[in-house]
Amino acid sequence: MATAEPEKAELKIVNDATCTFCGCVCDDIQLTVDGHKITKAKKACVLGTSWFLNHEIEDRPPCFIKGQPATVEAGIKEAAKILYQARYPLIYGLSDTTVESQRVAVSIADWIGANLDTTTSVCHGPSGMAFQSAGESTCSLGEVKNRADMVMFWGSNPAESHPRHFTKYSLMPKGMYVPNGRKDRTCVMVDVRKTKSAKAADIFIQIKPRKDFEALWTLRALANDIELDPEQVERETGNPLSLWQDLMDKMKACKYGVIFFGMGLTMTRGKHANSEGILSLTRDMNRHTRFACKPNRGHGNVTGADNVVTWRTGYPFGVNLGRGFPRFNPGEYTASDVLARGEADAAMIIASDPMANFSQPAREHLKTIPYVALDPKETPTTKHAAVSFTVATYGINVPGTVYRMDDVPIPLRPAFDSPHPSDLKILQGIEKEVLALRSAEFAR
Amino acid sequence: MTTGRRSIVPRTKKITFERNQQIVSEIFILVPGRSSQQGCGINEGKFNETYVNATSFVQMNPKDMLRLGIEDDEKIELKSDFGRIEIAVQKAKADELPIGLLFMAYGDLSSRLMGGDTHGSGMPTSKGLDVEVKKV
Repeated sequence: MATAEPEKAELKIVNDATCTFCGCVCDDIQLTVDGHKITKAKKACVLGTSWFLNHEIEDRPPCFIKGQPATVEAGIKEAAKILYQARYPLIYGLSDTTVESQRVAVSIADWIGANLDTTTSVCHGPSGMAFQSAGESTCSLGEVKNRADMVMFWGSNPAESHPRHFTKYSLMPKGMYVPNGRKDRTCVMVDVRKTKSAKAADIFIQIKPRKDFEALWTLRALANDIELDPEQVERETGNPLSLWQDLMDKMKACKYGVIFFGMGLTMTRGKHANSEGILSLTRDMNRHTRFACKPNRGHGNVTGADNVVTWRTGYPFGVNLGRGFPRFNPGEYTASDVLARGEADAAMIIASDPMANFSQPAREHLKTIPYVALDPKETPTTKHAAVSFTVATYGINVPGTVYRMDDVPIPLRPAFDSPHPSDLKILQGIEKEVLALRSAEFAR
Repeated sequence: MTTGRRSIVPRTKKITFERNQQIVSEIFILVPGRSSQQGCGINEGKFNETYVNATSFVQMNPKDMLRLGIEDDEKIELKSDFGRIEIAVQKAKADELPIGLLFMAYGDLSSRLMGGDTHGSGMPTSKGLDVEVKKV
């Protein structure tokens, strides 16, 4: 249970605080809070410590309209006007805010007939497509901790992206059926470069760049006892068939295997076909033993965004609500595409920074259209926004719910209040204004 | 029956020579990705030193640097089909990168090399980009 015990006037300890920097969503952090500053984050990793210690109260106005400081109320009215008047608006981001805010954002998208997309489309969106074609043999991180005796990572570098993955969930913990922890597990790492994570592996396999698909289908063939040409396998994957056969023998012999995969698969040539390959391999392995497969999710609540958008529309991302009912088509309704093709005429960007992360054509188009941005910090995206809000940080100032990468909901335990409004408050205000504009239009 | 299937082998390296046989440019594969320094930089602010520094260099195999005559911290040009940047080079540690592969942290510079087309997936090809490396 969360406790907030003041030691003296300003200093307090928050137990079991939740870190929302990455998809691990570690909820065992002990924070020391001195007034409006977190001074210690016990148990947090290097990224979590940086997350907690660098989110103070921003000394900025809570709202800007066309670069000029404005009141939150004026900003909400202007934002609603921009979105309501647009013919092909885009609502994008959502992976670094609470489930409660995500729900309201989906409602706004529904009212204005927007394209609704989350940062999933540029991280594990291809995996979302593959889930629909191959299915997902899934598990919780608790199952991994208690059961997995073979842990594989493919195209993922948790040592730098999810630093507590190994120690809290997947490799080091002692579990019910792996009582000796690391000693009872075999760790396999497959990547195109020997990352910092490779040091943790018992077996490291370096494959040729852009050859994940070929390597995965080699393993699929071996799982199904299909004969392969050794020369072709070595030429395509950069590794001899004997090495893949040895790995497959180990996979078949384990009691409970799990494969975590990262954006090394989804961002490279093959994209959803790569994800489909790894999900299908997992399905194949269940003919021999128990195997599960999980994407290593990046942002703190990107899994929540997938869940909320799916509850509300039936699809996880890349949804168009322009016709009054949801349509799903990655490549057509996804943010990167509607911007790069110059289609969107207004946007609302929530807790995301496409102006730094999107392709040049998408960024150039975003600069030319009016858009609303919500972010706790100044970013390239807030700089160019027609209306930008400086919001309180979720998990540090704002309570709510987030989803861990294994779809387990976790409550947030904020450390201190912020004078800045939450995403939820701003979005509720915009929804109210959009409804007022809508009522006025229908009354005419 | 001949199907005329497209080769799936990566493009052969293109090496351009000057008259004195000095290598002028070469095609590499660029893999942008997360680094812990870049992750910490996001928390400090994207206009702060940590983030700017973390996203402003590319790592290269020492053998490639030797072959191309590139020193540590020297600036090179990276050119893709979609953009061009100038960026400092850092020697990759030990055997982290194979010959012909480059790594840099995600950020504004790596995004400039990405194309807008997502091939019907919503995801632009953001890793495994062909880039031409040239000394500035």
